[in-house]
Amino acid sequence: MTKILSTEYLTTILPDDLKKSVIDIADDCLYIPPQDVLKFAKFLRNDSRLQLESIISLTGVDYIEYFEIVYHIRSMIRNSSMIFATRIFDRSSPKLSSVVSVWRGAELQEREVFDLMGIEFENHPQMSRILLWEGFNGHPLRKDFEYIDLTD
Amino acid sequence: MAFKTEPVTINLGPQHPSTHGVFRLKVTFDGEQIVDAEPVIGYMHRGTEKLAEERSYVQIVTLTDRLDWVSSMTNNLAYVRTVEKLANIDVPIRARYLRVLCSELQRIASHLIATGFLMQELGTFGGTPLMYCFREREKILDMFEMLCGARITLSYMRPGGLVQDAPPEFWERLKIFQKEMPGYVDELESLISDNEVVLARTKNVGILSDRVAVDSSVTGPMLRASGVRWDLRKADPYEVYNSLHFEIPIGSVGDTFDRYFVRINEIRESIKIINQVVEQIPTGPIRTEIPYFFKPPIGNAYTSVEAPKGELGFYLVSDGGISPYRCHIRSPSFINLTVLKDLLVGSTMADLIVVFGSIDIVMGEVDR
Repeated sequence: MTKILSTEYLTTILPDDLKKSVIDIADDCLYIPPQDVLKFAKFLRNDSRLQLESIISLTGVDYIEYFEIVYHIRSMIRNSSMIFATRIFDRSSPKLSSVVSVWRGAELQEREVFDLMGIEFENHPQMSRILLWEGFNGHPLRKDFEYIDLTD
Repeated sequence: MAFKTEPVTINLGPQHPSTHGVFRLKVTFDGEQIVDAEPVIGYMHRGTEKLAEERSYVQIVTLTDRLDWVSSMTNNLAYVRTVEKLANIDVPIRARYLRVLCSELQRIASHLIATGFLMQELGTFGGTPLMYCFREREKILDMFEMLCGARITLSYMRPGGLVQDAPPEFWERLKIFQKEMPGYVDELESLISDNEVVLARTKNVGILSDRVAVDSSVTGPMLRASGVRWDLRKADPYEVYNSLHFEIPIGSVGDTFDRYFVRINEIRESIKIINQVVEQIPTGPIRTEIPYFFKPPIGNAYTSVEAPKGELGFYLVSDGGISPYRCHIRSPSFINLTVLKDLLVGSTMADLIVVFGSIDIVMGEVDR
């Protein structure tokens, strides 16, 4: 069975500066501030005790007060997985650093989040719409997205 | 005088016959060599994730059929498993066995399509292998029709179990299938695996190294062809896979031939699993009775299954209502496209379609 790394174990092996930045723990999920995502990702990938070398899923959820970006990470060598998430409170121009330099599998997934949720990933090799066309107005997976009347 | 060529950019698609849906590929050539390739997708975007936010948990099952339309069973399975985890629903053991049986039949059907169309794209024997594959797939679709009345958009699974039990005719037909299928796989392989032309066109074409595959979150037969022994059915056994014995076939180089060969061997392993399921399946109920409209507790859940094309996962967020607050689909075809450029750059124009065919994507799942 794939072992889901417990948050207790993770907090014990995190280096001090990252340990301080963990803001919340819920179920199996660690919450970290958006500015620390890249640093956190680098640690998870490179630490010899974790070896979390691939990103299974990266997605965004619109909770109206904030956006939550959820990362599901897995180590195939150790057969273990973990979840971490970050919250972005800026609704007008949400920004987050891209993790493509750490996990290349995030490349298309980050573009999808940008397209449908409107969160811009900094230092992404190609930050453009992927499923919808250039010039589309709005981001459909946001809760305040207004439906376009196509009946006319 | 030095010979100079200028790069030329051409469009493959959006309506090219070998693009498995509506897909456009912008390819830049220097002479006959590919120097750049960029997939342009979204022509079939139907907004499944947004639609799911306005439907009840049971209704969404029908949306999942239309993701990867050649493997609806595994789509259903991935979705209902996530709902069951979110709402803590128990599933009777007979239903679990039937789910595994259906998944494996669907895997065979999907791999037959992948193999058949790969050969079609090579232009082999005027479509003979494709027709051989379709002949066998047709038998599986007939069996699915006995189970639920549909052939492609099945919606056979429900949170808590299955729609209905398999009728007696299904088991009779399955018995014939079990007896005949290994012979047909051998026949298909004898047509392809030792064929000089197929070998020349697929060996060492479109090589994907294991390092790049793992980095780019590639899953499924593509990952295994690159030599990584990773299969969710073994690594994180769901349903009843831990009581079944089977091997994980892997490739050695990660070229187009390995991707084909892994799929053929997976068909053989699936037949093995089906034989064991038929021996072990107990009698009993096939569904836990749950209301049509039910409200899972507030929370979120992610589960994934080994679909024929790779890891298919669902991430559901519940706000305590009758429909999910957010439904994210981690589709294997979409994420496997990350490495398309690596596979194509450096190969020639003639290999483009073959390499593309060996990835085995379905656009319904890419665009969602």
